[in-house]
Amino acid sequence: MKKISKAKIDELFKAISAKETLYIPVDDSEGQAAFIPYAEGLKMSEDLNTVRSAKDLFFPQVESLVNFKMDGKHIEIIDAATEKKPFVIFGVRACDARSFDILDRVFYYAEPKDSFYIERRDKSTVVTLACNAPEETCFCGAFGIDPAEPAGDVSAWQDGESFFFKANTEKGEALLAGLPLEDAADDAADKVKEDIRKITAMLPLKDLDLSKFGPGKTQELFNDPAWATLSESCLGCGTCTFVCPTCQCFDIRDFDGGKEIRRYRCWDSCMYSDFTQMSAGQPRPTQKERFRQRFMHKLVYYPDMHEGLFSCVGCGRCLRKCPIHMNIVKVIKTIGEEK
Amino acid sequence: MYEDALIPKLGVVTQIRVETPDVKTFRVVGADGKKPFVHIPGQCAMLSIPGVGEALFSITSSPTVEEYIEFSIKKCGCVTDWLHSMEPGQNVTIRGPYGNGFPVDTDFVGKDLLFVAGGIGLAPLHSVINYCRAHREKYGQIDVVYGSRSMGDLVDYKEILDDWMKEDGINVHLTIDNPQPEWDGHVGFVPNYVTELKPDISKTVVMCGPPVMIKFTLAGLMDLGFDRKNIYTTLELRMKCAIGRCGRCNIGSKFVCKDGPVFRFDELDELPNEY
Repeated sequence: MKKISKAKIDELFKAISAKETLYIPVDDSEGQAAFIPYAEGLKMSEDLNTVRSAKDLFFPQVESLVNFKMDGKHIEIIDAATEKKPFVIFGVRACDARSFDILDRVFYYAEPKDSFYIERRDKSTVVTLACNAPEETCFCGAFGIDPAEPAGDVSAWQDGESFFFKANTEKGEALLAGLPLEDAADDAADKVKEDIRKITAMLPLKDLDLSKFGPGKTQELFNDPAWATLSESCLGCGTCTFVCPTCQCFDIRDFDGGKEIRRYRCWDSCMYSDFTQMSAGQPRPTQKERFRQRFMHKLVYYPDMHEGLFSCVGCGRCLRKCPIHMNIVKVIKTIGEEK
Repeated sequence: MYEDALIPKLGVVTQIRVETPDVKTFRVVGADGKKPFVHIPGQCAMLSIPGVGEALFSITSSPTVEEYIEFSIKKCGCVTDWLHSMEPGQNVTIRGPYGNGFPVDTDFVGKDLLFVAGGIGLAPLHSVINYCRAHREKYGQIDVVYGSRSMGDLVDYKEILDDWMKEDGINVHLTIDNPQPEWDGHVGFVPNYVTELKPDISKTVVMCGPPVMIKFTLAGLMDLGFDRKNIYTTLELRMKCAIGRCGRCNIGSKFVCKDGPVFRFDELDELPNEY
């Protein structure tokens, strides 16, 4: 294990950003944290997590795919790919680190492969940071995630004086090898881990029961009458899908800029009515079907397709951001309760 | 050029045939003048006009056609309106083929095949029917029941009359919804016609058409004693990526673009009824 005094954290950030782009969570003027490129003077946010998830760095909200030029009957296809440079993300929480595994199964390992996503994943080094103060909206434990042992290329912990680092992969070792760090005992972060686990043991959602969900539960849960009542007040705003670290639905659209047409993909949401609207009909005609789709996909369909892995990481962003206070925890509790 | 499944290739529309008042057939080759790719009957491809949009269409031509691929497309939205307004020689972009296709070289082999189509629903079946005609010895009896609103709405009518109906190995049963002076064939809806023909329950059925046709034809076949395992259809849902990622065509644990569009009815029974 390695360590650095907290007083020297800027030295560490400078050393990393001298070689490659370093993203750290920083508060904006309204105190909302987001991952942005490090520049001298920027202070790392003390919030538990960023408002939007770290998925932006691999699966950006908007991304150019290709450009076209039109000239009468002639179309020219023009490369729109920009060179992606190696980067480091510092301070990813354990929940978001799991979301990368979930997205990888869709964009990295599934055929055909997603070149854009793969390139970013391959060129990134993820430094996670244990959560010293998990909040009441956190329920990562329900998905077997331990906020005291975050995954990633490098895991990091902090106490009052220091940051501690442990490399988990070759990429992680390569990153740490070039940094101004001191050696630390292997058990240096144990006290921090112990304190975190004391908090997680007290979290109100720690015993969230997922036993009613998972592979093979489609027939059992799809026609549950509770979908109608749960979705009744859903506004269909899509906020939950935009802050969600595992939501992966996207649209492909063209923008005609006059000289060139830009084809891009951008996040989309299964909560929107035009998501599935066809000239021939609408398979999900009301918010009930759209709402059900989102949660069934996370809790049943995705696990069905991916060896039981749930497509939720318990980060709690949707609990904090939903304007009508509906969320996946309420769904799990209502649909999952004994009947 | 950056390589990714979502980045299309250039295609050229070399011929446009008017099939009906709202259906045209588009012949497409690659930028090199050759067939853009090899497909399985029932598979689809993404066609686009930059600035207008991209949409998924059934490939109508048989894989046995070596020179080009064809799409019979009904005018019903932005992309299709544009396609219908263009002239031969126009570039389009193309990517594919996508989906599973029909099991023409496995489950269909040695079987008596009954194709049931309504309106533009003939498009995906056209590819299978012509594939089966080209490999006639691999299949048993071939029957086609095809219906449309009127005579003028029958897609591929000339080919059906000149080729299909003149062949010994294929029985074509055409029907239109309402009587017309120049029509001396069957009049009535497809589901009723299928039941009237009393097909043997050992046949493998392949259906494509409007949802209401599928619903009543299926009910008729069930009454006759058909097994849902022997009835195939091809689904249509909104799609953007066609590679199982954008989320639109997700039904239960399946993506229509990747795991379909061809499903047997016993497979559909396992999925939520959301299509």
